[in-house]
Amino acid sequence: MQMETIAAISTAQGQGGIGIVRVSGESAISIVDRLFVAVSGRTLAETPGYTARFGKIFDQGEELDEAVVLVFRAPHSYTGEDVVEISCHGGLYVTKRVLSAVLSGGASVAEPGEFTRRAFLNGKMDLIKAESVMKIIEASGKSAARAAVAVNDGAVSRKIANVNADLVGLSAQLAVWADYPDDADFDADFSSIKEILSRSEEQLARLVRDYDTGKVLVNGVNTAIIGAPNVGKSTLMNLLVGSERSIVTDVPGTTRDIVEETVVVGGITLRISDTAGIHATRDPVEAIGVDRARGRLATADLVIFVFDGSRSLTDGEFDLLNSIKENNNVLSVVNKSDLEPVLNIDYLKKFVKDVVKISAKTGVGAEELEKRVLKMLEVAQVDPSEGILVSERQFFSVKKALESVREALSVLENGLTLDAVTVSINSAIDELLVLTGEKATQVVVDEVFSKFCVGK
Amino acid sequence: MSFFAENYDVAVIGAGHAGIEAALAAARLGCKTAIFTINMDAVGNCPCNPSIGGTAKGHLVREVDALGGEMGKTADECFLQSRMLNRGKGPAVHSLRAQIDREKYKSKMKHKLEMQRNLHLRQAEIVEIARNDAGIWLLTTRLEAVYCARTVVVATGTYLKSKIFVGEVSFESGPDGIFPSSFLSESLVKLGLRLRRFKTGTPARVLRDSIDFSKLEIQNGDEKITPFSYESRHIGENRVSCYVGYTTAKTREIILKNIHRSPLYSGLIEGKGPRYCQSIEDKFVRFADKERHQFFVEPCGLNTDEMYVQGLSSSLPEEAQIQFYRSLPGFENAILMRPAYAIEYDCVDPLQMHSTLEFSELPGLFGAGQINGSSGYEEAAAQGLVAGINAALEVKGRSPLVLDRSTSYIGTLIDDLVTKGVSDPYRMMTSRSEYRLVLRQDNADERLTPIGREIGLISEARWSAFKKKQEIKTKEIKRIKNLVIPASAEVNAMLVSRETSEISAGTRMFDLLKRPQITYDCLRDFDVNRPEIDDEIFEQIEVEIKYDGYINKQMSQIEAMKRLESKKLPTDADYSQVDGLRLEAVEKLNLVKPENIGQASRISGVSPADISVLLIWIRQKSRRSGQ
Repeated sequence: MQMETIAAISTAQGQGGIGIVRVSGESAISIVDRLFVAVSGRTLAETPGYTARFGKIFDQGEELDEAVVLVFRAPHSYTGEDVVEISCHGGLYVTKRVLSAVLSGGASVAEPGEFTRRAFLNGKMDLIKAESVMKIIEASGKSAARAAVAVNDGAVSRKIANVNADLVGLSAQLAVWADYPDDADFDADFSSIKEILSRSEEQLARLVRDYDTGKVLVNGVNTAIIGAPNVGKSTLMNLLVGSERSIVTDVPGTTRDIVEETVVVGGITLRISDTAGIHATRDPVEAIGVDRARGRLATADLVIFVFDGSRSLTDGEFDLLNSIKENNNVLSVVNKSDLEPVLNIDYLKKFVKDVVKISAKTGVGAEELEKRVLKMLEVAQVDPSEGILVSERQFFSVKKALESVREALSVLENGLTLDAVTVSINSAIDELLVLTGEKATQVVVDEVFSKFCVGK
Repeated sequence: MSFFAENYDVAVIGAGHAGIEAALAAARLGCKTAIFTINMDAVGNCPCNPSIGGTAKGHLVREVDALGGEMGKTADECFLQSRMLNRGKGPAVHSLRAQIDREKYKSKMKHKLEMQRNLHLRQAEIVEIARNDAGIWLLTTRLEAVYCARTVVVATGTYLKSKIFVGEVSFESGPDGIFPSSFLSESLVKLGLRLRRFKTGTPARVLRDSIDFSKLEIQNGDEKITPFSYESRHIGENRVSCYVGYTTAKTREIILKNIHRSPLYSGLIEGKGPRYCQSIEDKFVRFADKERHQFFVEPCGLNTDEMYVQGLSSSLPEEAQIQFYRSLPGFENAILMRPAYAIEYDCVDPLQMHSTLEFSELPGLFGAGQINGSSGYEEAAAQGLVAGINAALEVKGRSPLVLDRSTSYIGTLIDDLVTKGVSDPYRMMTSRSEYRLVLRQDNADERLTPIGREIGLISEARWSAFKKKQEIKTKEIKRIKNLVIPASAEVNAMLVSRETSEISAGTRMFDLLKRPQITYDCLRDFDVNRPEIDDEIFEQIEVEIKYDGYINKQMSQIEAMKRLESKKLPTDADYSQVDGLRLEAVEKLNLVKPENIGQASRISGVSPADISVLLIWIRQKSRRSGQ
């Protein structure tokens, strides 16, 4: 049976030692071959079935993880198709990045129960088993529907709906322009088409970048650690990460660049950037680092503001506290609890909601910090198995829609005619409509008749 | 007393655009065929605009022609003015439209029916269709003659229980004062078909002499005329002009003042009207912020001075019509020869049909044209051709013709009708096809003539002409793939003047044509040994080279859809018995009864998860029956 190649994380979501990305379909081997470099130098194409290879997984040149890759050749696999299983050990975030790389390489997100469905369709399974698969699909369909309803009112859905409305509007205008040449008031003005497309591109790109509900589960939380120089930001980061990544010295301003690390806290991936200490500086090189840190502060989902509990507030800290007073995503961490307390914590609480005392050096208070982070993100109650399906689908739909919008823009740039543009716009609409099952051609035609005055 | 009149293989009810194609196709395929018309002088009538084609409709005409239908050839014989619409908007949306001589078209078509071997054109109103125990259809006429037929195509257009509305006045009538078909509806209901009421309308016809054309803008045809038919050559020059104008503030005032007298607003009409073909009163009400609307004045023929006023269909009282028509620029002294009217008629819910256009529960009974909920001459002809072919193939015991969406606009039209159903009269649009870069009007022959040949509607001469054209095209592509244009100052000057980059080494002509800015035309000086072939072939090659990426992308989408369409679903399935389907999907699937998974996936409300369930379910079924 000829079907597109599918992929999914096939281990339970959440914190775990090993995450397995399973890829099935006729391009499974070639897709993974492009991401994986085996230590032995052998390609997967020349790897027989039931064989494992050890090596590294790359995404566009960037090393993601070490992995063991298992090759199964059709029909001797679970699904009866070529199957590749990538076992990574970097936790949820890395596993998701591996999945994302596989999807970018041409695979599609597997439907719920789809591996089993294929196994059945390829004659690998008996009828009784198949019936249970239908129940699984039914159940996940229902929970997806529930979750879809739940996120329907969410900011993401609204944003997607807005972009979709823009694209449908544009496509309808182009449809009138093509189908009612005598009636069109709209004269296809390239710059306005480009403007709408660019706006859509920007919005979709932003959605891909910081995806809110799903973001927590899919991309990790964009977290910034800020604070005055030498309060122990890098030590805290190293504590969370568990390895010495930032350069820790006693000289203020050692952390010039934003160092990014990922860490799983209570099943949630935090993408932590350790910023250069924010303070007035005359050193131009360091000034760049400080500017970038301020920028990071503005885009972070979670800000961990680190103070030194062994001294009182500096002017710089006071300024910064004032400037973030309105933010409700700031968690303040009073470090160096192993030293004599000097800082007035009650005073601090006037500016920020939550204060945690820790000693980054000894690790005391780390557990409490973890709890507060989860509370802050309000994800303690999220059941990932329900939310993740919808959010992941939405995310990949948005990603594909973004590609189509970019394609439409490049058609415009290259000077091809607008009928080619409409084809790309409609692909984008189809992607955005995946969750509701509507079809672009119909939605656009309906829009034409409801918005435009056309007729004989 | 009823009497037995004659036996036929195929009987066609109605001799409009659908019925004509159906009857000609069936007779040409060797079936003894009858075509019944309620009035011998209404055969091939164009009760609305005197034109054939237009956006997407032009594609349909080309496709009908490519399959061996008649509409394109007759339109070419009767054309008055021809325009290729949307030049410059891209090859997918180029559409041919021709003004035609309405009376000439009617008489040509009637004569073609008369001359056709195996075909009898008869004036009779069919009042009843019934099937006997042997599965033979019995057609009873108003005069109580009974005709027997093995298959029947119902193509009643707007005649079924039709009612005309002009303001407060309404009466039972077909279009153009021809009497309606008042009895057949009941017979269809008795057969178990669900009927519904649709409406449409037409503007007034105005005496040419009473219009001051100096106040209107003239609209001329193309300099170089493209015929509809692949068989037509050199069909001559444009013979007439059309005119364009805009309604005035006064028009708006008169219409809004009389709006309460419109049967649509007073509630007299219950039928559902087309969203795309609004009456002028609808336009002013629904688009209240629009001050004025465009209208077109088109001649109805060479031997008549009736002028059709496109854009101003109306069901206001005649008195109000006279007033508002006279408020148009140039129409101050207009004489309305035929007033505008709205017409309401019975049609069937097309969800009750297969994509062969045969009714699912009534083997041998087909529907085509407006009875299926469509609108337009071209949409009707397209369905008529398919229904007629299938009615004949059934008689011959051959497997039916199903055109899928990727083959044609005809396939898209039929699939939309039988899968999505209609809520108002359906008009074809290029935006309805997801494969529009593949389904171009220029390549209709490549897509469909081989199919027409296999069916038996393409003559030996036509077939060899088609093959010759394909050979020339292949040879030319090969030539430009081999032809290297050397880098020279002249070539580079030309490239720069067209705002594209220079070449530093010899480049294949094929590769230069990939650039959007470069055409066959501008390479003429560098391609001195160019063969003498039709411009259309050059154009087609150019399109295929430039849009190659898109065409390939659509082709792979088509492949994926074909795989889904190859998985058949039983048409007698009860989807409430399938575990795992969502309730909405069960309802929709039971209503549509899709023939395959691909069709099911196009039903709105059927999700990808439902499709997974269906895939497992059909596999289970086949395994069970295998065991």
